[in-house]
Amino acid sequence: MNTNQDQSLIFELSEPGRISYSLPELDVPELDLNEWLPEEFNRQNEPELPEVSELQLIRHYTALSKRNHGVDSGFYPLGSCTMKYNPKINEDVARYPGFAFIHPLQEEDTVQGALEMMYNLQQNLVAVTGMDEVTLQPAAGAHGEWTGLMMIRAYHEANGDFNRTKVIVPDSAHGTNPASATVAGFEAVTVKSNEKGIVDLEDLKRVVDEDTAALMLTNPNTLGLFEEDIIEMAQIIHSAGGKLYYDGANMNAIMGAARPGDMGFDVVHLNLHKTFTGPHGGGGPGSGPVGVKADLVPYLPKPVLVKEEDAYRFDYDRPDSIGRVKPYYGNFGINVRAYTYIRTMGPEGLKQVSENAVLNANYMMRRLQDAFVLPYTQHCKHEFVISGKKQKKLGVRTLDMAKRLLDFGYHPPTIYFPINVEECMMIEPTETESKETLDEFCDRLLQIAKEAEENPEIVQEAPHTTVIKRLDETTAARKPILRYQKA
Amino acid sequence: MKHRYLPTTEQDKKEMLETIGVNSIEELFADIPESVRFKGDLQVEKQLYEPELIRYMSKLASKNVNTIENASFLGAGVYDHAIPSVVDHVIRRSEFYTAYTPYQPEISQGELQAIFEFQTMICELTGMDVANSSMYDGPTALAEAGLLSAGQTKKKKIIVSKSVHPEARAVIDTYSKGQHLHVVEVDSVNGVTDLEKLKEEMDDETACVMVQYPNFFGQLEPLPELEKIVHEYKSMFVVSSNPLALGRLTPPGELGADIVVGDCQPFGIPAQFGGPHCGYFAVTKKLMRKVPGRLVGETKDEEGQRGFVLTLQAREQHIRRDKATSNICSNQALNALASSVAMSALGKEGVRKMAEQNIKKAHYAKTQLEKAGVATVFDGVYFNEFVVKLNGSVKELNKKLLTKGIIGGYDLGRDYPEYENHMLVAVTENRTKEEIDTFVKEVGGAQ
Repeated sequence: MNTNQDQSLIFELSEPGRISYSLPELDVPELDLNEWLPEEFNRQNEPELPEVSELQLIRHYTALSKRNHGVDSGFYPLGSCTMKYNPKINEDVARYPGFAFIHPLQEEDTVQGALEMMYNLQQNLVAVTGMDEVTLQPAAGAHGEWTGLMMIRAYHEANGDFNRTKVIVPDSAHGTNPASATVAGFEAVTVKSNEKGIVDLEDLKRVVDEDTAALMLTNPNTLGLFEEDIIEMAQIIHSAGGKLYYDGANMNAIMGAARPGDMGFDVVHLNLHKTFTGPHGGGGPGSGPVGVKADLVPYLPKPVLVKEEDAYRFDYDRPDSIGRVKPYYGNFGINVRAYTYIRTMGPEGLKQVSENAVLNANYMMRRLQDAFVLPYTQHCKHEFVISGKKQKKLGVRTLDMAKRLLDFGYHPPTIYFPINVEECMMIEPTETESKETLDEFCDRLLQIAKEAEENPEIVQEAPHTTVIKRLDETTAARKPILRYQKA
Repeated sequence: MKHRYLPTTEQDKKEMLETIGVNSIEELFADIPESVRFKGDLQVEKQLYEPELIRYMSKLASKNVNTIENASFLGAGVYDHAIPSVVDHVIRRSEFYTAYTPYQPEISQGELQAIFEFQTMICELTGMDVANSSMYDGPTALAEAGLLSAGQTKKKKIIVSKSVHPEARAVIDTYSKGQHLHVVEVDSVNGVTDLEKLKEEMDDETACVMVQYPNFFGQLEPLPELEKIVHEYKSMFVVSSNPLALGRLTPPGELGADIVVGDCQPFGIPAQFGGPHCGYFAVTKKLMRKVPGRLVGETKDEEGQRGFVLTLQAREQHIRRDKATSNICSNQALNALASSVAMSALGKEGVRKMAEQNIKKAHYAKTQLEKAGVATVFDGVYFNEFVVKLNGSVKELNKKLLTKGIIGGYDLGRDYPEYENHMLVAVTENRTKEEIDTFVKEVGGAQ
């Protein structure tokens, strides 16, 4: 990381007359636009965009990159986000001209290689999830959730079932689950977790009724625990006429060990930027394919990619489809990366990925369990949650410990989520980290727990080594400054 | 198995299992009920070693006709523009592409500042007060603008001009169904929204009116007249806009738009078969707290130093859950960065010049086609696209053009039965005079 210093905004580096573009001179006859454009369309106030040289531009963005932490910079155990290594070959392949520079509206016979890749990826995702068909159209996980719920709604309505207004989500669910339910026109209803950290079957029976459209579930859940009553849950939902939705954010835990399709799930979304090495891109783009069982296939977004004898084509003749959820065919560029990754691993490799992810998480959990409070003691899957309750009594909050981790070059775990565990820290190491890295991180976290007892100020005042100290978020929200204004 | 992405050795495994207190990894999966345990091998395609994989993926890619080796006159929402080399060098810096959302501002200042700069550039281009950190793409941003309008006005009717991109209209339909909104489409006349028909549809239940500028036919919608009609009914005026065009055209923000959305693909993002691109979402100050997605704000740290944070998060799903303004979680940060770099590289002068070249080259192509006896259909002002009427099918002509190394325009008959045998032609700054002349010769010769 840099020493403490402000990095100028690119607008502040700007000087009139500097350029870093190289557009060829116009090779067609001139046209006087001031004359040609009607007055109302002839822009008078020019947009104030930067004016910098190419080297200034590169130095600026290089400086910004140095003020940012990625997986390549260091360990990034951000729970529920699956911050695994992003393979370099994926980046190369996605940039091949035949993938990067093809237009979505070209004639189908000119993009057969792209369609073949998409078809193969769909088939591989069918195999991993145990579903019957997959669409690649949704742009991201939350978009996939909404797509899946819209299909469930269309299914119920096709059965003349217009009163299924409720979608049940566990209290430990990702925030996107209830938000997606709302956007899809449902009411989100919460089901409680029991003392083991999994869905309370009695509470589930209480909230399920003839109004239930679906239950959305992450399995393993956000506590990293496998919902071992899944068969009973599926029975409860299905016998009430509801559908079971699988939030695939945590698929990295169970590849080759269990498939949502075999557990009774009717709809699944996957986050290709998580389990299948996306990458995350600083917040996106992602990709959120959705898989469904046969009875929901008619409702898939259109067009649907089909394989014919000697060619692939898009089928638009899908009368029951929920329609389009996105223009064109999804985030193709991310799908190329995911497919490259799947081919790098193969079936054995994917199974190994989940085994090692689970091994790593359990190892860390056991190393940390004495210094912190472990709310759920059973084996975890790919991630686990510890609570900083003990440290809180000493005046050191989980937020402080997270900030202290920054001093050691780590990205902290997810904190204060899931919302049903006090002062929690959610840790997901992923399979691509070595034992040495896990040990070093655990040592540091144990050291911080000790500091909380012996020298709490050093934790409370952290971070000490970053380019910037804790920021005033209250003022940022009260008096928002959301753009640069020239002084 | 040994794999280059999996560092755990047999010795590591042994030690780790010991610490955990189990004998095998298998025991860690014992909580999965036997009846749902997956037995056997996943029917996933077999593993390929790196050299095999490169050969295989290259072969798949080479089956596609690309726009590097062929001159593309195909636009319809996705355009072939010059991408400065610096763009890819910046977005390949792994500190950017291997990072997650900047929830820890102390070690994410780079990403946060880059987004803050992006928000500023979008405000400058659109003439709006506030822009968010990005959306999935232009069409989903437009659909979200519909949801925002309905929420803000407490009205249920959304009017969309038929000169809005057909795939965007399809996405709006799907989003609206979720929220029980009523979508009405208004016809166009001479390539722009029919103002008389719009007036007939306007009523007190209208949440918003959506138009595209330049529209799907490449034409410039009469925004000043539209604005009057829309605001007379206290509806929201939503404009979807190609940001490159705004480098030269009066921005919707100066013409009374309440929400301006669009796609930044023309700035530094390859077509990549339709995604990922990068939506933007800009609003007036009044709507700041209703915006979907992430916003970055400037603030200070404990020592008074300037810094950036995600802000106004009380709108978002991870805080508000079912009461959030949208379910959107991820954005298109890396593509927003690509667009920022492209806009910075082109800069104030380059963006204007590039926008102007698009108009001038489209104008040249249209004039030459007319001279060659090809019928053009609309006589309004346009940006970089226009419509020609052919004697035969677009598909057949495109087949012939491809043999000359040309990717022809879009077949409008696919979405508009009244425009059968009509081709939407895009001419960007990337098309040379020579390519345009060849295109004119081939299209003219076919008539």
